[in-house]
Amino acid sequence: MDRFVFLTFDGLSRGAVYAAFALALVLIWRATRIVNFAQGAMAVATAYVGYSVSAATGSYWLGFAVAVLGGLLLGAVTERVVMRFVDHSSPLNGVVVALGLVLVIQGVLGMIYGNEFRPAEAPFSRDAFTVGGIALLSRFDLFVFGTVCVVVVLLAVLFTRTPVGLRMRASAFAPDVSRLLGVNVGGMLTLGWALAAAVGSLAGMLVLPTELGLHPNAMDIVFVSSFTAAVVGGLDSAIGAVAGGLIVGLLLSYVSGYLGATVAPIAVLLLLVVILLGRPGGLFSRSAARAV
Amino acid sequence: MTALLAAEQLTVGYGAAPVLHDVDLTVAAGSITAVLGANGAGKTTLLRTLSGLLRPAAGRVVLDGQDLRGVKVEQMVRRGVAHVPEGRGVVTELTVDENLRLGGLWRRDRADARRALDEVYGLFEPLARRRRFPGHQLSGGERQMLALGRALIGRPRLLLLDEPSLGLAPRVTAQIMGLLRTLRDDTGLTVLLVEQNVRSALSVADTGIVMALGRVVANADAATLRDDEEMRHAYLGF
Amino acid sequence: MSVTLAPKVDAGLRVPRPARRHRYLLWTIAAAALIVALTYLLPPFRNYQLATVGAYLCVTAGLTVLTGLNGQLSLGHGALMATGAYTVALVQEALAGRGQWTLLIAVLAGIAVATVAGGIVGLAAARLRGPYLAGLTLAVAVLVPAIASTFDQTFNSDQGLSVYVDPPPLALGATFPYERWQAWLAWAGALLTMVLLATLIRGRFGRSLRAVRDDEAAARIAGVNVARTQVLAFVVSAACAGLGGALFAVLAQSVSPGAFPLSLSLFLLMAIVIGGLGSLAGAVWGAVLLVALPALTHSVTDSIDVSPAVAQRLEGNLPLALFGVTLIVVMLAAPGGIASLRPSRRRRKP
Repeated sequence: MDRFVFLTFDGLSRGAVYAAFALALVLIWRATRIVNFAQGAMAVATAYVGYSVSAATGSYWLGFAVAVLGGLLLGAVTERVVMRFVDHSSPLNGVVVALGLVLVIQGVLGMIYGNEFRPAEAPFSRDAFTVGGIALLSRFDLFVFGTVCVVVVLLAVLFTRTPVGLRMRASAFAPDVSRLLGVNVGGMLTLGWALAAAVGSLAGMLVLPTELGLHPNAMDIVFVSSFTAAVVGGLDSAIGAVAGGLIVGLLLSYVSGYLGATVAPIAVLLLLVVILLGRPGGLFSRSAARAV
Repeated sequence: MTALLAAEQLTVGYGAAPVLHDVDLTVAAGSITAVLGANGAGKTTLLRTLSGLLRPAAGRVVLDGQDLRGVKVEQMVRRGVAHVPEGRGVVTELTVDENLRLGGLWRRDRADARRALDEVYGLFEPLARRRRFPGHQLSGGERQMLALGRALIGRPRLLLLDEPSLGLAPRVTAQIMGLLRTLRDDTGLTVLLVEQNVRSALSVADTGIVMALGRVVANADAATLRDDEEMRHAYLGF
Repeated sequence: MSVTLAPKVDAGLRVPRPARRHRYLLWTIAAAALIVALTYLLPPFRNYQLATVGAYLCVTAGLTVLTGLNGQLSLGHGALMATGAYTVALVQEALAGRGQWTLLIAVLAGIAVATVAGGIVGLAAARLRGPYLAGLTLAVAVLVPAIASTFDQTFNSDQGLSVYVDPPPLALGATFPYERWQAWLAWAGALLTMVLLATLIRGRFGRSLRAVRDDEAAARIAGVNVARTQVLAFVVSAACAGLGGALFAVLAQSVSPGAFPLSLSLFLLMAIVIGGLGSLAGAVWGAVLLVALPALTHSVTDSIDVSPAVAQRLEGNLPLALFGVTLIVVMLAAPGGIASLRPSRRRRKP
């Protein structure tokens, strides 16, 4: 029972990261109907920069801030310079271009930093508190949870209660009509990418201390898990992304805990297959089984 | 009568069969002009070119003496042009209130934008009752009101309307036409109205333009088009 | 315009055009002759590179048919190659030293296992399109190495296995260069793959593939069994990937998870995009590019004066960056994106 409780909390903490990352994917999907396959690589790139700044200045938080701001910048630049020019006639175009970006980013990172694993320190202790003899969360877990909650709330408020959020939603739902109403749709698209990338970078900084270390491919599995989470929740649904993230986090935690860590990725693959075959629109989609 | 809007030798589309061919028209300020013609005549293309969604292959559009070449679509509302597109363009995922506010977001004068919002709610009472409803829950007539209201929030000088009566009951159509007449009389609004419902359109229009196969084939005042049997038979099919 | 009658041809002079399959046979013989000639002219290292091109060609040919002709984007073919490669390693280990024929068994087994794996993925993927299919195959590519780690005993996790390969048969001569033998093996596989695929896609299967890619609803109405077509396309391309992987195992004489990373699948994608989606000839160019570009960057990094550590970084990663840039540029420059990268349909001669 102790173990179950511990695994549950651990799963929720990991799940929070997947939720944030899945949110980033959903954000871009809703605005542009593109799945940003480069999201993981972009997050790793900003994490490298962040940790370099931390190492140079001695301040983790400065590096953290630089990573998130870097994400903002990288997202905006990616949209302006690359994704804007993707032909919309086939959904494959965006996918292939994003994959090209993955190659470029991982190649450049490898050239600058090398392919060895670098340490990615956590800002807080990762030792779990014990409550009543049961190991629960660590300070770091609480930090992760709290940060993701704040981000989710901020995004929700931004999108539903601010003029900018209204413009962004309108630009995603009806770009031509929005233009006629004076909305700078192109600018909103760039902003959407910037925000999504910043969220991805934040998620990256939160998850890397729990992985093997900093490496150009470090976020590949996180991307796959988060993609699964987004699909589970429904690519169109922000709430679904959060729920999906928690589900995937719990699944990974239980499987790792009871069956062994090396089997966990297979569990994610099975979950993805099951959801794509059974309910491809996701658990929270408005339409039922959409023709994917 | 001053021309608020003029199109000169407008050609849209490429190749042997352009969608619009050498279209000339002027719209007088403070008037209602009806654009009539069968399906495929190019009426919607004309409106989309006037509001900048389409770029002409040749010719130009002049608004209040200014050439609109190179002006981005987003800028048109700032120049006082509101375009209610074919199908109304109600953003169904947003609420009535959000749709209306969307129409006024570009305005710097926030106080006046709020006033305009209240005026629109006053004008369209059913919308006021359904502020929080998402767009997809509205009836056809309510959507038309919403689209119109959203266009009016920007206090436009020129209103481009694409088939407002589509799918609406005659009573509702008459209300809308009456509203257009009132707006023209009270505020001097200029309206360019594309319509399939010829009788309704001519009942409020000052001028009528008839299009066929991408060209303007008749341009006369509405009374003439209404009363001249020969013209009616030749161009309007009744 | 009046209808013109077919020009009169003197019956005696009419030479029947060779049947299609005869033409393929002629092409294959010509290509085989060319390859054999090359292997006698080239130095050993170049022969090894030639062999590598042949192995890649098996995979790119199958993948270009899947993605170009059938429209299914697969990011998991690197993993399918791995299944073929690992199977060869295991079979050779089991049958070690019993003779040349074990290699054939091993390769066939590799193809079989990859085919089965491809069938499983294909069944899961049959109804998926676009980013969903890409995401699923990406998951396969990223997570399958985890399987190698799970079964530590059999697969020896990250260190991998060595592949026992017999030296060239004595019938060829005691001093027959090993690399030449490798090139012959690889290109035997490659040419076989090309002929089989060419035959398949000219027939009804090819038409079904294209029909589903162009307009699924119309294909369904026309009587095409869409799900079966999608799965079959996947299975065929998986078999090709399995063969390619098997050949790689033979060439490298070892297998490990590190030899089949995600970037391999992305390289394959780039190769078929640049070569021309759906074009078998393009698959050849793609395979050549996959070998030539890293070789080129290697010689560049060798020639500039940097420390060995930096050189190693560049060597491993410069190809990635260059491939990525190439892929992006090609995709953005092609009007209509992926659709215009397919060769236009050749007109049928009467």
